[in-house]
Amino acid sequence: MSNAPLNNETVHRVSFLDKASLHIPILRILQADGTTYENAVLPVIDQELAAKIYDTCIFTRVLDERMLGAQRQGRISFYMTCIGEEAAVVGSAAALDKNDVILAQYREQASLRYRGFTTEQFMNQMFSNEKDLGKGRQMPIHYGCSELNYHTISSPLGTQIPQATGVAFSQKLKGERNVTICYFGEGAASEGDFHAGLNMAAVLKAPVIFFCRNNGYAISTPTEEQFAGNGIASRGVGYGMHTIRVDGNDMLAVLAATQQARAYALENNAPVLIEAMTYRLGAHSSSDDPSGYRSKEEEAKWQQHDPVKRFKLWLINKGWLKEADDTSIYEKYREEVLAAVKVAEKLPVPHLDQIIEDVYDVPTPALKKQLKELKEHISKYPKAYPKSAGRL
Amino acid sequence: MAQMNMLHAINEALSIAMKADERMVVFGEDVGHFGGVFRATSGLQEQFGRDRCFNTPLTEQGIAGFANGLAANGMTAVAEIQFADYIFPAFDQIVNESAKFRYRSGNEFNVGGLTYRTPYGGGIAGGHYHSQSPEAYFTQTPGLKVVVPRNPEQAKGLLLAAIRDPNPVIFFEPKRLYRASVGDVPEGDYQIELGKADVVKQGSDITVLAWGAQMEIVEKACDMAAKEGISCEIIDLRTLSPWDVDTVAKSVKKTGRLVINHEAPLTGGFAGEIAATIQQECFLYLESPISRVCGLDTPYPLIHEKEYMPDEFKTFEAIKATMSF
Repeated sequence: MSNAPLNNETVHRVSFLDKASLHIPILRILQADGTTYENAVLPVIDQELAAKIYDTCIFTRVLDERMLGAQRQGRISFYMTCIGEEAAVVGSAAALDKNDVILAQYREQASLRYRGFTTEQFMNQMFSNEKDLGKGRQMPIHYGCSELNYHTISSPLGTQIPQATGVAFSQKLKGERNVTICYFGEGAASEGDFHAGLNMAAVLKAPVIFFCRNNGYAISTPTEEQFAGNGIASRGVGYGMHTIRVDGNDMLAVLAATQQARAYALENNAPVLIEAMTYRLGAHSSSDDPSGYRSKEEEAKWQQHDPVKRFKLWLINKGWLKEADDTSIYEKYREEVLAAVKVAEKLPVPHLDQIIEDVYDVPTPALKKQLKELKEHISKYPKAYPKSAGRL
Repeated sequence: MAQMNMLHAINEALSIAMKADERMVVFGEDVGHFGGVFRATSGLQEQFGRDRCFNTPLTEQGIAGFANGLAANGMTAVAEIQFADYIFPAFDQIVNESAKFRYRSGNEFNVGGLTYRTPYGGGIAGGHYHSQSPEAYFTQTPGLKVVVPRNPEQAKGLLLAAIRDPNPVIFFEPKRLYRASVGDVPEGDYQIELGKADVVKQGSDITVLAWGAQMEIVEKACDMAAKEGISCEIIDLRTLSPWDVDTVAKSVKKTGRLVINHEAPLTGGFAGEIAATIQQECFLYLESPISRVCGLDTPYPLIHEKEYMPDEFKTFEAIKATMSF
């Protein structure tokens, strides 16, 4: 019988299951003081990898701080921070091969940085200048880079989830020894795309890691108004896939879980779900104010679980980092980001001709006609179109 | 040349394309061993294996999202949406994702290798959920190509072109004609250029424009008109987005009159777009207002299908009214 359930036990009186029936443990390796739990099994990590992870965290903190400032000053229109979730994002990115494909939601700038996206590239995107790989077509933070196998961000939530299944399935068909990682928040897991993507990955057997950043809030909606079940992890089990819940503020736990998830996905051509329990310390975006929906006390409590601080203590305990080095990394990136902002905001916007490029592989006659008419119009009213009138 | 029906022609196109391109995969609900509910994918799994022609779970948004991912990673993806009526759960993945992949990324990524095949249209006693013609929803989305064939020969050549086009294409198949339309189909591999209308019959008095299954209808109407001494020029638009303004405008400048026929409801239908553009291009040549013969602004009905349809009689009346304006 092809639709037989896994569990063959039968009962003879009504007996319901509920969310408490699923016991989902949470993986923790690193303690608050920077020591590891007794008997904890560490991920594969050496000093070089640890330094790169930490460096990426600091860059991201500095980037977030400076760009939020730039948004407040009106220099960019929008920004989203990664603050509080760095361990979830960097720890998972660090477990991957550079040819593994990343499909992010929007708050994973740290994984893009880990891959090597330069400070200038970040700025070019945020300032929509002529060097932006995305040609100034999307809001700030919608990064993408084919060279780094990092798919361009799409604003609608959850759309990348079934796409990740497709990318991973193509890796399998091509015989590539690579996986795809798909990031999303617990809010995006309410979208139909989540169900579609996970179910297809499990049934079609695609080597994809679904990485849920369960960060407490979807804009202002807390998790208790987002799902009634046992978080997101229980759903992975329901779809028939390997699932793990980790402390998302524990760099070593995230790294260990993702390293093993990757190995499993490759070996078995099968998906894995990781639910990282974390907390969005910042606002959802520069457009909202969390003081309107959560308490200062709650935020202060989570400040104590700062994932970067915890990892830093481990590095210091290991003798791999000194306080003085830490200060100088911050300083280096503050200067670097500031300098890059100054350069990027002075570069011209993309040429107007690009407005009709990439709609199709080549512009259609209708598009060419519309551009011609637009240019004629702009040349009549150059003052009304200051960004492009000088370069027609 | 071999005589075959449209399903056979489509099946042959898929098989030819899969042979020529080992990156091509075909998938959707029931398309695997069963060959699809209409059997368009019959035999493909046997021929190319389960990795290249396979069933998916029953999820249109999943199929479209999965297709986007495959194509973005360099595969040629041909996804079947079992009925065009069921394309709406996939609407976001198609209009926000497939259509904008290239533009939003500055061509860092694109899904050019993606084709959606989907049976559309009425005339099969299908009621509102097996009869819709949703092409206009997609023509307003830059980045998509929208193609509708009218017979087996066109279906094979256009589908091969759609699969190989470096842009995502929605290929609407007139299901009423799947088995009903039989004709000569060239053997082997050939393509019909997308974006080009086909002047099916030359005429001098009036241009009659349609696409897909309605081509049969307008041909019948034009035969009726011929008996009244009216010479119709018949055009099959074939590609709705981007559409061939030049061919249509050239014809209307010659005849001075235009009747547009489509199965979808009148309001917001693609005929409105054509009428507006041709009015702009050909204003001084027009002898009468452009006329539209379309479905009613109702959901597609079951028992009153005949009444709903923009059939040959309604089209014939529109031709006569336009001629005597």
